[in-house]
Amino acid sequence: MRRLENIVCSFCGSLCDDIVLEIEGNTISKVRGGCAISRSKFLSPIDNEVPLVDGKEVDFSEALDAAVEILAKARHPLIYGLSSAGSEAQAAAVKLGETLGASIDSTSSVCHGPGTVAKQLVGLSTCTLGEVKNRADVVVFWGCNPVEAHPRHFSRYSVQAKGLNTEGGRRDRRIIVADVRRTATAKAADIFLQVEPNGDFQVLTALRAVLSGNELRGDTFGGISRDEILNTSSVLQDAEYGVFFFGMGLTMTRGTHYNVQQALSLVHDLNEKTAFTVIPMRGHGNVAGAETVLTWQTGYPFGINFSRGYPRYGPGEFTVTDLLCREEVDAALVVASDPAATLPARAGEYLGKIPTIVIDPNYSATAKFARVFLPSAPIGVAASGTAYRMDQVPLPLKKVIDSKYPTDCDILLAIDKGVVECFAYKVALSMTH
Amino acid sequence: MLCIQGGSIYDPLNGKAGEVGDIYVSDGKIVPSSSGARVIDAKGLIVMPGGVDIHSHIAGPKVNVGRVLCPEDHRTDPVPRTATTRSGVGHVVPSTFITGHRYARMGYTYVTEAAAPPLEARHVHEELADIPIVDKGMLVLMGSNHFVLSLIRDGEFERLRDYVAFLIRASGGYGIKAVNPGGGANWRKRGNVNSLDDEAVGYGVTPREIIDALIDVNEALGLPHPLHLHCNNLGQPTSGETTLETMALAEGRRLHITHMQFGAYGPKKGRPFASSARKLAEYVNANPNITMDVGQVVFGPAVTMTADAPLQHSLHRLTKERWVSKEVEMETQSGIVPLNYRKRTYAGAIQWIAGLELFLTVENPWQISLTTDHPNGGPFTSYPWVIKLLMDRDYREETAQTVSKRALGSSELPELTREYTLEEIAIITRAGPAKTLGLANKGHLGIGADADIAVYRPNSDYEAMFREAVYVLKGGEVVVREGEILSETVGKTYVADLEEDEDIIEWLKPKFSQFYSIALENYPVARDKFMPCEVVPCPPYISD
Repeated sequence: MRRLENIVCSFCGSLCDDIVLEIEGNTISKVRGGCAISRSKFLSPIDNEVPLVDGKEVDFSEALDAAVEILAKARHPLIYGLSSAGSEAQAAAVKLGETLGASIDSTSSVCHGPGTVAKQLVGLSTCTLGEVKNRADVVVFWGCNPVEAHPRHFSRYSVQAKGLNTEGGRRDRRIIVADVRRTATAKAADIFLQVEPNGDFQVLTALRAVLSGNELRGDTFGGISRDEILNTSSVLQDAEYGVFFFGMGLTMTRGTHYNVQQALSLVHDLNEKTAFTVIPMRGHGNVAGAETVLTWQTGYPFGINFSRGYPRYGPGEFTVTDLLCREEVDAALVVASDPAATLPARAGEYLGKIPTIVIDPNYSATAKFARVFLPSAPIGVAASGTAYRMDQVPLPLKKVIDSKYPTDCDILLAIDKGVVECFAYKVALSMTH
Repeated sequence: MLCIQGGSIYDPLNGKAGEVGDIYVSDGKIVPSSSGARVIDAKGLIVMPGGVDIHSHIAGPKVNVGRVLCPEDHRTDPVPRTATTRSGVGHVVPSTFITGHRYARMGYTYVTEAAAPPLEARHVHEELADIPIVDKGMLVLMGSNHFVLSLIRDGEFERLRDYVAFLIRASGGYGIKAVNPGGGANWRKRGNVNSLDDEAVGYGVTPREIIDALIDVNEALGLPHPLHLHCNNLGQPTSGETTLETMALAEGRRLHITHMQFGAYGPKKGRPFASSARKLAEYVNANPNITMDVGQVVFGPAVTMTADAPLQHSLHRLTKERWVSKEVEMETQSGIVPLNYRKRTYAGAIQWIAGLELFLTVENPWQISLTTDHPNGGPFTSYPWVIKLLMDRDYREETAQTVSKRALGSSELPELTREYTLEEIAIITRAGPAKTLGLANKGHLGIGADADIAVYRPNSDYEAMFREAVYVLKGGEVVVREGEILSETVGKTYVADLEEDEDIIEWLKPKFSQFYSIALENYPVARDKFMPCEVVPCPPYISD
């Protein structure tokens, strides 16, 4: 039996790196330290799937050839997903996107993309999670539910965590939760703001108004009473070091990037009075990495198109939901994500109408109607790489057991090589005529 | 085997200033003459060592946020892929592939990434690996590091030395960078240190003590490059005085003041904000222990990005521009604000003038390097324009007539008649920075040097001459011809060779798990992350 310590769990954006694994032969037999989600991820058997073309089992190389053929023939293919892939695979996807002249988009565009757009408009005052642990005495959770989605966030970083100036842990902090329903996270709050559905922009605007010395006219704002607004505002201002986490309850409700812009501006305003930072509560393990890698290679974080041979940026134009609902793409390559389970129905259905290729360790909902399914070695279990935590801190993912399948990075590079050869053949053919 | 034949060679470290001769290249190195070499005809051309950038921001978390922040800038400069090169965007904060291409096209073959937080060093290396052709090195931020400040307070010099060595090793760094030392501690409470003798809150140490200790540590470790310092009070109207005081505290020890232009202001002729470059240059001229780079401001858009977070917040307040700020646990902080330097505004013109005054009044070119603090003062792609301003007095005077008259009136620029020679340009863009960085095989064309070579076509328009090299060789391979990239080779990362020390890890372990949000085991960047790498020896510790 091998025992490995300080293993990174890449399931969610918290990237806890204190997992202990016990390994017997080529199987993870025990997981210590992780949450329930982490345990089930590490303990789930690997290599259970087989390569498929049109639902029939084939050799891996045959499935690879089918993928190459689909993409080489496509006039406007889409590469999508990437949020549960390592940064190396994300870079390989960009390379393939460039070769194909494809659109490339990550799950960002349907989760925290609007937060990134808001950042492009006003900026962002942020910090790493260790600063939250060391300093934060006021913590806001807005439209996110870490108790259920990031189970160890409270204890490792944001609520009970003890650090440099927060030796009292939970006692040293005041917790504010804003959400449309009383979530498990809300139950831990000192102040709970039950915001009316789609009322976030109003509440944030009222808070900004109070901060800048305006008098509030009216009794409620987005479902929050005047007194609650005033009280919350003074708690925010009294912080020694405040941190504002936001989730899809803010980015994906009415107003999207306007909501986030208002939240980021609120934090800007607070920095005139005290130290305040904001961190997007990113969901998937390396969705932050997808934005990071795409940006350093292309200049743009998501929603990119290569059809002119250079990267163009177009949220709303080259983003997944828009491309699929408008039926603009004629083939799709889905990497390490499950759009059929997460996108609007119409977008998901269109994926079934065009040749779709799925690269994933698991047979996902999208894989069920994909033309080609290529199983891959799961990252952080049977493949190594880098993942970026929700605060952009990069962490090493380790390969702890062996898979019979290649990594998604190697699969993408092989597809790219195949497509390049196809294109070279086409050029050679055209020259003989 | 290659021979660059018949060019005018500018190799200041070997005393060559335009003599015609041949350079032989084999296995990536400069070799003595031999027969049977493939000839590159360089008759009538200028041959220099590859350019060396001593201070630039090309990779890592803050550079990348700068990219995210400026889609409107990227779309002005899209770069399509070619049969041999990747695509991307250029202009102010280029994407990684384009960063490598554009440095190489200008004849540059080594670039220093000037500010890396150890906790995010892995990110810096991932980006450096995606910058093709050029070699790279990375400086590690330490000026507001919790353990650095605590150990200085406690007077534990040896432990400080070992901890600094650990940080450089763990992050794959080349040297020590300090930015507004002590300021980061006060920034946690949204304050700053405003003089060399202000206290860093919670530590009871002053910037003076931090700089003093880090210079000593730098020398004790025998690092190839002196302490690389971004002074306190940078950008403030009285920054010149602080910069002077800072240089004085080195007391003869090696010290590199980076982007000195941003700290070269003082009152003059009744104006509260003017250039004090002359005074600083006089100090540099009298003190050979000081080296500096300029951080020349270039008119047009820029993105300011620095670990001087309080400065960035004040810039945001002043301009109302987008503001990104980040605190990295235990280590550092940063701020990013896009900016546009306008020649008609008084402040923009003063900054442009202060840089040129430094260039023209620092007498010994070995002490001064050409930088724009890319992308803070403007993009590195404007180096050829800066060279033209230095070499061509008529052009400089013509340009000066287009800037704010008030600013020009308060300055000494119109009286400065100096014109740089090609030899001096070769010093401030390659030989000098290579020497200051301690890169023994760079910046010259002597036997055994790396075959990193730039060949230019003489042109009375010096900007045109230096914008696109005729040939660039990197590691002996022709990578650029007539400004076109022939091959995206992989550059090396240079790291300082410091010994592993178990004691300091034992000391750090409990504190690390208490204060950091990751495990100590996941902190160091494994060396395979930045392969291929070149390990630069450091002489052994000076005995205690």
